[in-house]
Amino acid sequence: MSNSSVLFDAPGPRARRISLIASIITGIFIAAGLVWMIWTLAQPRESGGITLPGYFDASRWDIFADPELWSFIIFQGVVGTLRAALTASVLAVILGIILSLLRSSEIAWIRIPTAVVLELVRGMPVLLMMLFILLVLNTGAFWAVVAALTLYNGALIGEALRAGLASLPRGQREAGLSLGMRPLQSKMLVEFPQAFRQMLPIIVAQLVVLLKDTSLGFIVGYVELLRVNMSNLVSFYGNRYMFSFFVVTLVLYLIMNLSLSWFARWLSKRTASKSSGTRLDPEDPGQAVLKANAMAESRQMGQGSI
Amino acid sequence: MDAVIANLPTYFEGFRMTVLLLVASGISALILGTVIAAMRISPVSSLRAFATVYTELVRNTPLTLVLFFCAIVLPYLGSNLEYEVAAIVGLSVYTSPFIAEALRSGINGVPVGQAEASRSVGMSFGQTVGIVVLPQAFRMTIPPLINVFIALTKNTSVAGAFFVFELFAAGRQLANANGDAVIAILLGVATLYLLITIPLGVIAARLERKWVVQR
Repeated sequence: MSNSSVLFDAPGPRARRISLIASIITGIFIAAGLVWMIWTLAQPRESGGITLPGYFDASRWDIFADPELWSFIIFQGVVGTLRAALTASVLAVILGIILSLLRSSEIAWIRIPTAVVLELVRGMPVLLMMLFILLVLNTGAFWAVVAALTLYNGALIGEALRAGLASLPRGQREAGLSLGMRPLQSKMLVEFPQAFRQMLPIIVAQLVVLLKDTSLGFIVGYVELLRVNMSNLVSFYGNRYMFSFFVVTLVLYLIMNLSLSWFARWLSKRTASKSSGTRLDPEDPGQAVLKANAMAESRQMGQGSI
Repeated sequence: MDAVIANLPTYFEGFRMTVLLLVASGISALILGTVIAAMRISPVSSLRAFATVYTELVRNTPLTLVLFFCAIVLPYLGSNLEYEVAAIVGLSVYTSPFIAEALRSGINGVPVGQAEASRSVGMSFGQTVGIVVLPQAFRMTIPPLINVFIALTKNTSVAGAFFVFELFAAGRQLANANGDAVIAILLGVATLYLLITIPLGVIAARLERKWVVQR
């Protein structure tokens, strides 16, 4: 149903005109709403007999002309966020690979406990894991953030890779075995590279989630972008800059996250045009894994009965 | 274990608030998400553009930042919401684009041939959508929607850091008060979260398995 024009008769000139007019009118309404919001924020306000300048007044933004402030934001905040995200991404992908191999093991007493642990980890809030690691293992904030993000996202990536392994045609493994490969060889040399490539967009999409979740470090006391801007700098420069700092923080996060999610989307388009398989949605990793699992299972069942 | 049993009332107070956050923000996100999804498939192009930009921006903003805005920046700008309400607003706004995407992908999942067939036997727009497309789209949207609610359950824990006394906040307070039983106390909190998320996950996987075979 990607082409919803089937639902209507092709619009004639009159219908097209009406839709154009409706589009312009709602566009004006939306723009007016945005302008009203900005205008309200820009108005000076009375508070206890003192007139405060509006939120877009130069006096609320003057500190951003200082290059030293920016170097603090970049080197403390952005670097702190990226450092945690990068460490956790690398570790999460490694953990995911290991978990997917354990999870698709032939031996039941490896496979089943791994499945149970994965299920439990996926059902828990990351924040709770961070707190647990921080309080129980006493690792310090950085490793608490990294370890919790690794564990949680590693479990999700492991599940995605497992679904990728399961959805491969059975012939791949049989061919490997018939050439005299050992089961592990066939898995590592034949099946795994294919599963990894198929699931790559989902893994990158999961890394976007990971990058966003580094901001939870704010709560457990890790020094990253949110804490640097909204806690350290706001208390240093005073509350009157709070709104300005919020806008700056938001924009910095959007730049980082949007570029990574556009990369995931581009990757997914590229892999979709290469392999003829169903395109899995990189927008929602959890759902894509669920779908891949169900597809894999139905395929296995179908093959079994033939 | 004793520390857990001794503090059961605190746990339940937190658990009640978590469920309240889940239900209230779930319902309002469902409403908001449906509106956004309707905008995204509407023939009016400016609505479509607005919904697309909204989805893209909100989805790429960390939840912590959204809740920070609702709980700390908004009062500074002059609102006087209670913290619980602020958390519900933040969680609904954050969840709504995910709901919209789940709905949209369900409708997009119905094969075009279905709509073409019903159009070709002379059904009107309303009949095509109401009798043919939506009933099929419905079953495809339920598993993704359940998935969104599982994520929402886990996300309510972030509200605990912004002055709402729910399960995570309860756990943190109890862990601070009982330094000798931190492991048991936090495992208790985890169990209560799993009590919500695991059954939902099982239902989602079962429905998805059942319906993928029929497709």
